[in-house]
Amino acid sequence: METILTLTLILAKIVAIVAPLMLAVAYLTYAERKIIGYMQVRIGPNRVGPKGWLQPIADAVKLMVKEIIIPSGANRFLFILAPILSIGPALAAWAVIPFGKGMVLANLDAGLLYLLALTSLGVYGVIISGWASNSKYAFLGAMRSAAQIVSYEIAMGFALVGVLMAAGSLNLQDIVLKQQGGLLHWFWLPLLPLFVVYFIAGVAETNRAPFDVAEGESEIVAGFHVEYSGMTFAVFFLAEYANMVLISALASTLFLGGWLSPFEGIPVLGEPGLIWFVLKMAIFLFLFLWFRATFPRYRYDQIMRLGWKVFIPVTLVWIGVLGLAILFRVGPWFA
Amino acid sequence: MKAIRSLQHYVKSFTLWELLLGLRVTGRYLFAKKFTVQYPEERVPKSPRFRGLHALRRYPNGEERCIACKLCEAVCPALAITIESEEREDGSRRTTRYDIDLFKCIYCGFCEEACPVDSIVLTRFNDYHMANRSESVMTREMLPAMGDDPVDALKDSRPWPSIMNKEMLLAMGERFEAEIAADRAADAPYR
Ligand code: SF4
Ligand code: SF4
Repeated sequence: METILTLTLILAKIVAIVAPLMLAVAYLTYAERKIIGYMQVRIGPNRVGPKGWLQPIADAVKLMVKEIIIPSGANRFLFILAPILSIGPALAAWAVIPFGKGMVLANLDAGLLYLLALTSLGVYGVIISGWASNSKYAFLGAMRSAAQIVSYEIAMGFALVGVLMAAGSLNLQDIVLKQQGGLLHWFWLPLLPLFVVYFIAGVAETNRAPFDVAEGESEIVAGFHVEYSGMTFAVFFLAEYANMVLISALASTLFLGGWLSPFEGIPVLGEPGLIWFVLKMAIFLFLFLWFRATFPRYRYDQIMRLGWKVFIPVTLVWIGVLGLAILFRVGPWFA
Repeated sequence: MKAIRSLQHYVKSFTLWELLLGLRVTGRYLFAKKFTVQYPEERVPKSPRFRGLHALRRYPNGEERCIACKLCEAVCPALAITIESEEREDGSRRTTRYDIDLFKCIYCGFCEEACPVDSIVLTRFNDYHMANRSESVMTREMLPAMGDDPVDALKDSRPWPSIMNKEMLLAMGERFEAEIAADRAADAPYR
């Protein structure tokens, strides 16, 4: 009886996290088309439903009823497995994200490690899809994506090491609570270079523009998911956007104080709450879209150069600086 | 000098200066005025010279203008016009067949330029479509099904025939005569 109760409770919590997430993903695609449209002096989708609000629903229905084509030379098992592998980690990572004090599915003490593990797992979906499709474009896209994600993983990991040093904990709730005290107490300030590196690496990790060589339409058609159609394609799509939301959630948790209010100490406005977390995520998501509307795709060797010769040295140096800052108890952060 | 320049370069690239400039441009355009025209509801103005769908005109007394001189057929660079003619009872020469193949037509307007009696003209009417190549050749028998008014065919979103025959062309001319005449009058000073 007891176990059934806890299981139902956990299940309810999972639904409470995944359902809004899926909705957010659907409307993120709408926001993307609208915002990029506006930046290109167009107005974006506006025909389906009032002001085009039902457009994502229409797209979802379209993708669901479309045929799933499996190429004749493809490995059927891996071909179907790949999208599942790419969406799985993108959703599972949400288990340790704290939405408020105590509002977390699994309060893991090694939350940061868990996240690092899961976000790196996502690349297998891409590699396997490229391999299983038996298509040269998909294969090239997968290879590019693999090399890129592996390179940026390192810089990202180092950025997280900085957070870990500053907070002295791997538990995401503790990390947020360590940042109490308003806008200037958040980790973005003492960890500014790591913050920037983390977010840019996050953009690269999710294969978004300007790091979208994995799908580079102009040279390899659509990259790793070129052979996918219907629901299998939709799942890749979902995974990409869920990953974007995840990276935004992580960046706000680790560097912008999660659910904490920027105006701590002021009554009413200073109340911590879910609304702040959502607002911070929205800022990062907007940045994702803004980047896509602005920057042309990086050349492949430039991506590698940026990852290995710029980001990794920068993070390493800053970890050293951070160590000294902690040793001498600098500022309000490490006092 | 060189050292300063490379230092400048490093500062610039580390502060992501150029990228921020780029973001500023797109950020500004986010709030710029949008130029999108909501097509079926809003339309951009058309010139009197607009070259849309063809029509055959009549004189005010109802007589067909076309005298079957076949100049339009001869000038048409796309060989889109097919004309057959014979003598009418009153001795005048008239077309028995006047087909324009809309798949071939390139809307150059040469037929209109060539016509000595301003019979064949290109109207402003431009929203029509052909849904199916095999069914798009229109015959006389199909005309009742299309309705008397060619514009009704559009409203029902029935596909347009790719070959406009004489009846269709004359119907177009009757339907848009006022507009056609006004456009010709507006353009006359420049010809
Ligand atoms: S518009 Fe040009 S192509 Fe079309 S029928 Fe007239 S002459 Fe031929
Ligand atoms: S439409 Fe004009 S040019 Fe063509 S055959 Fe008739 S009179 Fe001659």
